[in-house]
Amino acid sequence: MLELALKGSKRYYGWIAFLLVLIGIGSTALVDQWINGLTITGMSRDVSWGFYISQFTYLVGLAASGVMIVLPNYFHSYKTNKHMVIFGEFMAIAACIMCLLFIVVDIGQPTRMMNMIFHPTPNSILFWDMIVLNGYLFLNLLVGWTCLQADRQHLPHPQWLKPFIYISIIWAFSIHTVTAFLYQGLPGRHYWLTAILAARFLASAFCSGPAILLLVMMITEKFTSFKMAKNAISTLVKIIAYAMCVNMFFFALEIFTSFYSNIPGHMHPILYLFEHASSGLVTLMWTFIAFAAISITLLVTPRFRNNYKLLPWTLGILIVATWIDKGLGLLIGGFNPTPFETITSYWPTGKELMVSMMVYAIGALVVTVLFKIATEVKAEVGHSQKLDCGCSSEDTCECAPEEAPAEA
Amino acid sequence: MKNSRRTFIKLAGIAAAGLAVAPKKVLASSGGHSPVKVNATASHAKHWAMVIDTTKLHTAEAIDELAKVCHHIHNVPSIEGKKEVKWLWHDTYGHSFPEQENPHLAEEVHERVFPLLCNHCENPPCVRVCPTKATFQRPDGIVAMDYHRCIGCRYCMAGCPYGSRSFNWGDPRLNLDMANLNPEFPTRMRGVVEKCNFCVERLAVGKQPACVEASNGAMFFGDLKDPDSEVRKVLREKFTIRRKPSAGTEPSVYYII
Repeated sequence: MLELALKGSKRYYGWIAFLLVLIGIGSTALVDQWINGLTITGMSRDVSWGFYISQFTYLVGLAASGVMIVLPNYFHSYKTNKHMVIFGEFMAIAACIMCLLFIVVDIGQPTRMMNMIFHPTPNSILFWDMIVLNGYLFLNLLVGWTCLQADRQHLPHPQWLKPFIYISIIWAFSIHTVTAFLYQGLPGRHYWLTAILAARFLASAFCSGPAILLLVMMITEKFTSFKMAKNAISTLVKIIAYAMCVNMFFFALEIFTSFYSNIPGHMHPILYLFEHASSGLVTLMWTFIAFAAISITLLVTPRFRNNYKLLPWTLGILIVATWIDKGLGLLIGGFNPTPFETITSYWPTGKELMVSMMVYAIGALVVTVLFKIATEVKAEVGHSQKLDCGCSSEDTCECAPEEAPAEA
Repeated sequence: MKNSRRTFIKLAGIAAAGLAVAPKKVLASSGGHSPVKVNATASHAKHWAMVIDTTKLHTAEAIDELAKVCHHIHNVPSIEGKKEVKWLWHDTYGHSFPEQENPHLAEEVHERVFPLLCNHCENPPCVRVCPTKATFQRPDGIVAMDYHRCIGCRYCMAGCPYGSRSFNWGDPRLNLDMANLNPEFPTRMRGVVEKCNFCVERLAVGKQPACVEASNGAMFFGDLKDPDSEVRKVLREKFTIRRKPSAGTEPSVYYII
């Protein structure tokens, strides 16, 4: 099926070329890092993980979130989602690849990477994180590719694939739980040392991930003949709404535990992030609170939730909020105050951001290629195609053809 | 076709014969039984521990003097700022014992500074989190680093509740006085974590750790599991505290206050 990615419009090739240019520019910073070491980053003795690891953490959520489409389809036979499933799986593939790349660019001796495999160390959560991430990447490649190939040949999905699909659903929860365990098992890092961190990670993943996926799908609709079924969108938006509420509820639980208990170690990181940090970071953290409130308001009000003109903005606001919380604040708050109850500020350097841009561009490239293949196949077999009135062929709509496409 | 099969069987036979007659070599290469002999003069202990008498050793100058000795013999690069590398250093009471501070502390104690180093915990979180066993605990309790195994993930730095580890963000040799190196201890490369090693290389030849030797009797070093050892004698006689007891790591460095 890969050949489908090779034929495209000028605009498609232009976009690919643009991404390649971004990758090229970012890789110059990576070469600099290879020559001079991680000294080019803003990290320090006290804040020893930075932007790379926080992006990895955020993207694990994106990888895990695909399950929010896959699970209703397979566990609840909620078939409205079924033509979206492949996009969730392909997004997870790109996210896993970005996660692995962020780890590779973060380590000081990338040439020794294989030591993780040569000297397997089950007491290290990083070992398990490697297992679950690679496993999830493999599962999604296998399931996504096989299903799409079967679709293309108008065949039912093979039976032997079922166990892998069910495993992948459970596995999705494991990747984010294990990533949370990376953080939450560390003594002396009060912001992370909380039993609810894994639950917070999952809640945040299940709102931010589908939000990113929906936005990307909206862009996909613009450039292809694929059209999401209205019911599928509204289900996904409801999932996002619930998950965001749960996410902020969990955050409130943290605030209560820290401040009612009055234990200094638990209060300090929160006070630092929302009060004492550099004004830029404090502003960002309050932006997170404001954006979270706005996105929840917009998502729980049916009138706003069902307004598809407003929806991209709602999703964008939600993504920014969750990114500040998990892709930035979580990490900085974990390292500050330091073990000496002092503050060492951290901010990514330009080069760090360039390397991150490279990884994100690689992810975008993978998404583009995979989504191109998926939409081409869907167009070939006539799944979820756009009708004249703007409906999807999966919707029951005035302009829907008499004979609706046969259920596969 | 036949010919090549015959060749293959021949080769396989030779290889099998080789394995049969040379099991010793195979065993040796597996690393299980390296013929290393222990130095006859080496010091041994069931669990090494250190006691620091901060009534005697409490000025920045005195501690910096010890740090200089330590950093010189271990070729620790001197880097200014947030990316510094340090094995032994000094800090205030509040920073050293953040959970054990109070606003009405004896002024004299409050003004002291305290020598800080790796605690060589009995229950080290850094060893627990290291994904390659580059950080490991020796049978004698010392938490050691294999600089050639370390992939530079810095998980141990996140795991250590005492901030005892440093990372070589850049090439450490750029910040070393190359004319004044200690040829008996290796320098590190960039991208690996390093820290105090309780002077294992000196214990191996029967010497005390360099800081203990240079401390003029303000530091004690010995076997915690031996009731007759000097450290146990000091611990019996004086009141001591350890850093961050709540972390449950059981540090092997004790402070007489």
